[in-house]
Amino acid sequence: MDIIVCIKQVPDTTDVKIDPKTGMLIREGIPVIINPDDKAAIEAALQLKANGKITVLTMGPPQAEEALREALAMGCDEAILLCDAKFAGSDTWATANAIAAGIKKIGKYDLILCGRQAIDGDTAQVGPQLAEALNLPQITYVQKIESNGNKIKAERELEDGYEIVETKMPALLTVTKELNEPRYPALQGINDAYEKKEIKCWKAADINADENKIGLKASPTMVKKVFSPSAKGQGLILQGSIKEMAHDLIERLKEREIINKF
Amino acid sequence: MNFDFTKKQLAIKKMIKEFADKEVKPYAAEADQKEIFPAEQIKKLSKLGVMGMSVPRKYGGAELDNVSQTIIMEEISRACNATAVTMGAHASLTCHPIVNFGTEEQKQAFLPKLASGEYLGAFALTEPAAGSDAVNVQTTAVRDGDGYIINGNKIFITNGGKADLVCVVTTTDKAAKHKGLAIFIIEPKKTKGFGLGKKEDKLGLRGSNTQELVFQDMRVPKENLIGGVEGEGFKQAMSVFNSGRIGIGVQGVGIAQAAFEECLKYVNEREQFDRKLHKFQALQFMLADMAMKIDAARLLCFRAADVKDKGRKYVKEAAMAKLYGSDVAMEVTRQAIQIHGGYGYMKDYPLERFYRDAKITEIYEGTSEIQKLVIAAELLGRGF
Repeated sequence: MDIIVCIKQVPDTTDVKIDPKTGMLIREGIPVIINPDDKAAIEAALQLKANGKITVLTMGPPQAEEALREALAMGCDEAILLCDAKFAGSDTWATANAIAAGIKKIGKYDLILCGRQAIDGDTAQVGPQLAEALNLPQITYVQKIESNGNKIKAERELEDGYEIVETKMPALLTVTKELNEPRYPALQGINDAYEKKEIKCWKAADINADENKIGLKASPTMVKKVFSPSAKGQGLILQGSIKEMAHDLIERLKEREIINKF
Repeated sequence: MNFDFTKKQLAIKKMIKEFADKEVKPYAAEADQKEIFPAEQIKKLSKLGVMGMSVPRKYGGAELDNVSQTIIMEEISRACNATAVTMGAHASLTCHPIVNFGTEEQKQAFLPKLASGEYLGAFALTEPAAGSDAVNVQTTAVRDGDGYIINGNKIFITNGGKADLVCVVTTTDKAAKHKGLAIFIIEPKKTKGFGLGKKEDKLGLRGSNTQELVFQDMRVPKENLIGGVEGEGFKQAMSVFNSGRIGIGVQGVGIAQAAFEECLKYVNEREQFDRKLHKFQALQFMLADMAMKIDAARLLCFRAADVKDKGRKYVKEAAMAKLYGSDVAMEVTRQAIQIHGGYGYMKDYPLERFYRDAKITEIYEGTSEIQKLVIAAELLGRGF
């Protein structure tokens, strides 16, 4: 099975700082990792590939090479970095368009695996948007995968259970980090990733990306304001018998005109 | 001058640090308390290629540079010293003489098994009368037809009771002193006359195996003489120790770093006199001293590894790294207990284990005093 895994390099912290002026994430000086859901996608691909080939793909600055090398060290066969100033500032839709163009250039594949969502943006949109852009069936929030011939069967995580969905390949799945325990890259894998395997760098022109659909200008989403919600005030615990407390509560609600003073 | 690791070295550091934190560190306290040999950790390290890190790729190893090997040793030592010494005795002490002095046949026969972790290795030099005076080896190897008959015993052998392969230092000619030494490769499970003696009950590294080896008319094929010539054993053993010293130095750094990290956590949690400990200048001074010394020791270790990687003589650099790394391990772990006060003395915290584990770094692979003699001999341009 030939698999394309889409990954994102993210800051290694849940305590992401935001530049109050630009509303953008501050990335400088923070260690970076492969997004945890995406790492599970890599592991899933390694378990599914059999005699196939795994291509790992990311869009990002030149430093994103490090994330691709780690994926190669884990056992992925090829790596592609979509890297061009023209991609900069893309929202999820523009990102999906750029990645779709990259995947069209790759050509042949049976399955595309994405992480459910990135720990920096938390949108969970790029995977589904990518499936739409490529006109593929999609299964999101996948916690278990089985392949059978040209079909793929997956468990979709729901809040209170899961549903089983089957589709023909090619298809796109977004997976959660609960899917598996990603392997550590072995030393031989690291040797290969840094000494033998190459990373292809593709610019917008290389993938015939439509410039009206990529980058900041083409992005329909604008960040209006980013802020930390202010802390809630302390709650009030009423005292007394149930009858007294109920009476007290009604009086307080009337005072605030939440219920009518009849 | 460049103090940065390469991208590949950083990738190795990232991998091994994560591995050490998740797969090694959580088991260190129990391994110490119950003397549990780190077989599981060694199995996992084998799968990652770490047990073959010093072995050339054509024999199945990862063939890492010395800086990378030093990175790995520091991270594993930070997590668990019993695991670190088990790994070090194999990947450094045992693989080194075969990689550097073995015949092609020996390399082909033994290195793939050592590199994959199928075989665990040990290196046996120390005897009751041969410690710092390494030349005074009493274990004899006498030529007999197409083999040798070995008699004697070895003490304090790391991995001794667990090893599938032991490099044993013998003398084929006592009168020739250091020129009479010869190292043989022994496969204990396949060799008659190989026996195990006392398993040591140690101050620290309690999860690791340290045992006596007893050889009674043990017959070894002549093909197992490392390098195929007698009289080379002393030179080979000294090369093993030179190289191994960088590993022990950085083991000290790893222990010290672990103790320091506990202190940083503690001073931000513990309150006395209505203030967090980190508000007290006396403790700030201690933390600053610890951090500086750990860094200095670390730099000495990586400098020695770098000089070795560049193919230059590194005897003095390795001895300095070992001497200072072990000094710092003792000093920092002692201070770390002091910062923790009574809690530091108790087994609920890892500080007393670090302190016990640290002490051996001043002793094995050449005591601190031997390191000073080595450094002085290099400075003065003569043997010690």
